Amino acid sequence: MLTEECHLNPHLEAVGIEVVDTDLGERIVQLRQEPPSHIVLPAIHIKKAEVGEVFHQHLGTDAGADDPDYLTEAARQHLREKFCAADVGITGVNFAVAETGEFVVCTNEGNADLGTSLPPVHIACMGIEKLIPRQRDLGVFLRLLARSATGQPITTYSSHFRGPRSGCELHIILVDNGRSSILGREDFRRSLNCIRCGACMNTCPVYRRSGGHSYGTTVPGPIGSILAPARDPGQHHSLPFACSLCGSCTDVCPVKIDLHHQLLTMRSEVKKAGHLPILKRWGMWAMGILLRRNWLYGFLGSVGRKLLPLMPRPLIYNRMNMWGRQRELPPTPVKSFRQLYKERYERK
Amino acid sequence: MNANSSTDRVKILNAIRQHKVADVELPDLNAGWIEYDSPVDQFIQSLESVGGKVVRLDSLDQLGSKLETLESFSTAKVRCSLMEGQGSPSFDLDQVDDPHDLKDIDFALLAAEFGVAENGAVWMTDEGLRHRAVFFIAQHLGVLLSATQIVSNMHQAYQRLESSTAFGLFMSGPSKTADIEQSLVIGAHGARSLTLFLLP
Repeated sequence: MLTEECHLNPHLEAVGIEVVDTDLGERIVQLRQEPPSHIVLPAIHIKKAEVGEVFHQHLGTDAGADDPDYLTEAARQHLREKFCAADVGITGVNFAVAETGEFVVCTNEGNADLGTSLPPVHIACMGIEKLIPRQRDLGVFLRLLARSATGQPITTYSSHFRGPRSGCELHIILVDNGRSSILGREDFRRSLNCIRCGACMNTCPVYRRSGGHSYGTTVPGPIGSILAPARDPGQHHSLPFACSLCGSCTDVCPVKIDLHHQLLTMRSEVKKAGHLPILKRWGMWAMGILLRRNWLYGFLGSVGRKLLPLMPRPLIYNRMNMWGRQRELPPTPVKSFRQLYKERYERK
Repeated sequence: MNANSSTDRVKILNAIRQHKVADVELPDLNAGWIEYDSPVDQFIQSLESVGGKVVRLDSLDQLGSKLETLESFSTAKVRCSLMEGQGSPSFDLDQVDDPHDLKDIDFALLAAEFGVAENGAVWMTDEGLRHRAVFFIAQHLGVLLSATQIVSNMHQAYQRLESSTAFGLFMSGPSKTADIEQSLVIGAHGARSLTLFLLP
């Protein structure tokens, strides 16, 4: 995922190097020329019939075949050839250990392992936040990662790299890309604890409805809605607002990132940085006045209840009403909640 | 190292030093982790739950005949073994110069240093091994482990892990994927099956 964050593949392809993603999900989205939509299950948005179609096109599987066993077998055969033909293997890093200088790569498919044990060069790319102090801390982290990502007790392969194969090369690239500046921001520092398990997106009601592509970032979901605007608030300012602040992400996060608090704080950061669109700014300002004044709220409510049903449709559903683009307002109630509550209270 | 990467390194390190975070005590990892009454039973259960098979042996002498009962072994044309005198290998791994020549291995017999009961993983290293590819490239794997070498949890595992080999791994069952509509498929890129032979 780090190489996606850095747009490494397009760069390598531009200089004439063929890049083959070897994780099955990543290969599927690569063949479809799409970005991944989830950090653990990159092709989670794709139906098996669509996988069958893309494999039929590129790998020559039978037309209409959509059995996951059959398709996985086809990918295995296809990628074995690629593994054997590769000159360089690039992997990410799940954890790197300061004490020993080793790093660990976790996969279930064995792609990182096969991809680095055949070619003579292994390049490992890691964000600087992947460092943990001691080797024995891995006992906690390997368990946390697999349990929170897929519910397994540990990933099938947890490979510990401490040096190159004899006669071969091993390079480790440490990437900052905005991480050190997050380190300096007290409110968001904890987001660097992220181990990329994907638990927050699996539980997020917004992610589950809208899917990973709607975020327009490499890491989607709650954690992505913090990391992306922290790095580039100009481009990703809307993400922290696409959140109901339900707090489910904070509940499930295995490394205890206060996700929904950070998302709320990020909203004011976005405003302070001047990235809030003017309509939203005015809307929030008006809502602020309205919600602070009890009488005004009650008055406008009663006016709205009488006026709305009489108003011509274009006056309500127009460009200003973004909410109403795909939705109908509910029928206007005759009485307000306050009136109903009062009547009920007086009846008793 | 070229000049460019060293300036990037300095840049990153300076940026981190600028935002030095307050020190915190390292956590004590000697907390009360789960220990099983029978780590062996738990190990078998864990390994079977991740798609591995376990065959118990009374002694090493039984290995040959038990291997023959495995279809993945008996039908294997190309076999290799990391166990001296076991697994009737069809070629000598040490004589292979290029790991790409291992691509046709049907069955590989490996030996594990120890196993972990909580997750069914075994620890193996490339000590004395020319090609670590053998762990991943073989179609099917047999792994030999002594029941006396099973620890309860990952903390005990890292406590006894002293090897300083270039490569080591925890392997828990055969390779798998769920990338197509979240259906579990055993046999992704690595081994299609893993049979663990457990010595007393």
